[in-house]
Amino acid sequence: MAIEETRIITKFLRDRPQDSWEYAVAREHNQAYSALEAALKRDPAELIEEVKTSGLRGRGGAGFGTGQKWSFLPAGVFPRYLAINADEGEPSTFKDHMLIEGDPHQLIEGTIISAFAIGAHHAFIYIRGEFALGTERLEAAVAEAYKNGYLGKDILGSGFDLELIVHRGAGCYIAGDETGLLSSLEGERAMPRIKPPFPAIQGLFAAPTVVNNVETISNIPHIVRKGGEWYASMGVNKSTGTRIFSVSGMVERPGNYEIELGMSFRDLIEGLAGGVRGGRPLQFFIPGGASAPWLLPEHLDEPLDMDRASELRTMLGSGAIMVFDDTVDPLLVSWRLARFFAHESCGKCTPCREGSSWIEKVLYRMTNGLGRPDDLDLLLDFGSNIVPGLNAPFAQTTICALGPSTMSHVVSLDRCFGAEIRARLQKDFDKRRTLEVTPA
Amino acid sequence: MGFTDDDRVKARAIIDRYPHAKSAMLPLLLLAQDRDGWVTPEAMEEIAVWLGTTPALVLGTCSFYTMLKREPVGDLVVSVCTNVSCLVNRGPELLDGLRSRYEDDTAIMVEEVECIAACDRAPAIQINYEYHGPVDTTAAVDIIEQYRRGELRARTISGSSRGAK
Repeated sequence: MAIEETRIITKFLRDRPQDSWEYAVAREHNQAYSALEAALKRDPAELIEEVKTSGLRGRGGAGFGTGQKWSFLPAGVFPRYLAINADEGEPSTFKDHMLIEGDPHQLIEGTIISAFAIGAHHAFIYIRGEFALGTERLEAAVAEAYKNGYLGKDILGSGFDLELIVHRGAGCYIAGDETGLLSSLEGERAMPRIKPPFPAIQGLFAAPTVVNNVETISNIPHIVRKGGEWYASMGVNKSTGTRIFSVSGMVERPGNYEIELGMSFRDLIEGLAGGVRGGRPLQFFIPGGASAPWLLPEHLDEPLDMDRASELRTMLGSGAIMVFDDTVDPLLVSWRLARFFAHESCGKCTPCREGSSWIEKVLYRMTNGLGRPDDLDLLLDFGSNIVPGLNAPFAQTTICALGPSTMSHVVSLDRCFGAEIRARLQKDFDKRRTLEVTPA
Repeated sequence: MGFTDDDRVKARAIIDRYPHAKSAMLPLLLLAQDRDGWVTPEAMEEIAVWLGTTPALVLGTCSFYTMLKREPVGDLVVSVCTNVSCLVNRGPELLDGLRSRYEDDTAIMVEEVECIAACDRAPAIQINYEYHGPVDTTAAVDIIEQYRRGELRARTISGSSRGAK
């Protein structure tokens, strides 16, 4: 059987006439806002049930049930808010970037339906500052939606009011954390907040708030149109529907692929993305963004299933798959990720603020031939102050998941290449010692 | 230069969009940067007055975000990604090439950035937040020079489009 994508949320942006995302085109070719028309005639509670039935889980990283998240809002407490997380920053993830630029009306329609379902009259799309074109498109599309009566007062005569605000960030990874985003949206540093209270109880401006990812919300119009059961009929186990995977690194055809969950890593990496560039052997791959522990070639036949990934002590996270051939130094990749997390640590929690920089420093010397024989164990030792037990699912001593992410690649080094790295450190050390006692 | 009355009208409209004024912090800082080419202390003081907060808190927020520049950076900000997908696709070489080419050029700032979500085009760069990639040093210099000569229309250093706004 041919290996193919299953395009639902990417169908329009792949098939449409080049670059035409505008309302008229989206309406004609993608039935834009027809799901909204139907949704407004239904009971909001019924819509939440529909989304629960679909089994849709968050596509931002944590994979929490979307309908379940919506149902956590306390009854009768208003105002309440909806915030869409469009601050895509997890290294090697570029799916939301495509969805925003390619099909802004799908995202807006999903946002309006979701706001209606949870009873929010203010919704925010927090878009990453670096997405200049994305912001422009989204703002233009929102203006079109207002003009056509899909936003504002008494939407399509339903009596439902909604203001939708496109809020642009200004360069910061941690604003992509659920509570970091809320801090940023309040005009503060994007520092995550301790939970509980969860955003559903006390979120934006201390009001009940739902935060959902762009890809998650882009699925909503389709679920409303075709039903939760239709959506749940796709996928595997508790990973229902389709998902966009961003495949990059050393593959022949890097790109976004929307596939039915349950496909194997092999079919995705080799079948759709063309395999490792130049036919070289695969050394390792990262299955869910920079924060996800690594996998080896022996895992290629595993299914893309969020719960199976947990069993393999990793995660599908943000859906970013990075592929590395046998010429890459795993230590270099680990060091670069360590530098990323050290740069992006917000500084609120001590273990992450201090630990992330130390991890980077030690990995730097390890990568550059200056390591000490026990450096990997040193990292694991002090890293366990950030991630007690060092075993996935990661425990954490920090408020947000950036803390454990700083250690996920270190744990991977030990798990995938521990013996080689220890031998290499010993060799580097012996070489230096020889140099020290031998006059030039 | 500072804010004009026209800017103040725009700022008021931005503040009014939000249920709470302080949410307008980042949009106003970006507005200030578009006006002056960087976020000046004077701009932060005025924003503090508008939002009913203190200049120190505005600075505290401003200094947290990498796109907000607190000193002049020239006309073009060239963001070169060296995160892992670009790392294994010659991103670091590109960064070195562009850094040495524009070392003494005050009009162009080359900065190393974290993943800009264009890994399918690695190594990717942004020039005033417009994407280009994959590029090598020669191709990147060529594009930068086209922006400099005005043959390509550059965004502002905050990535806002010129003209319409």
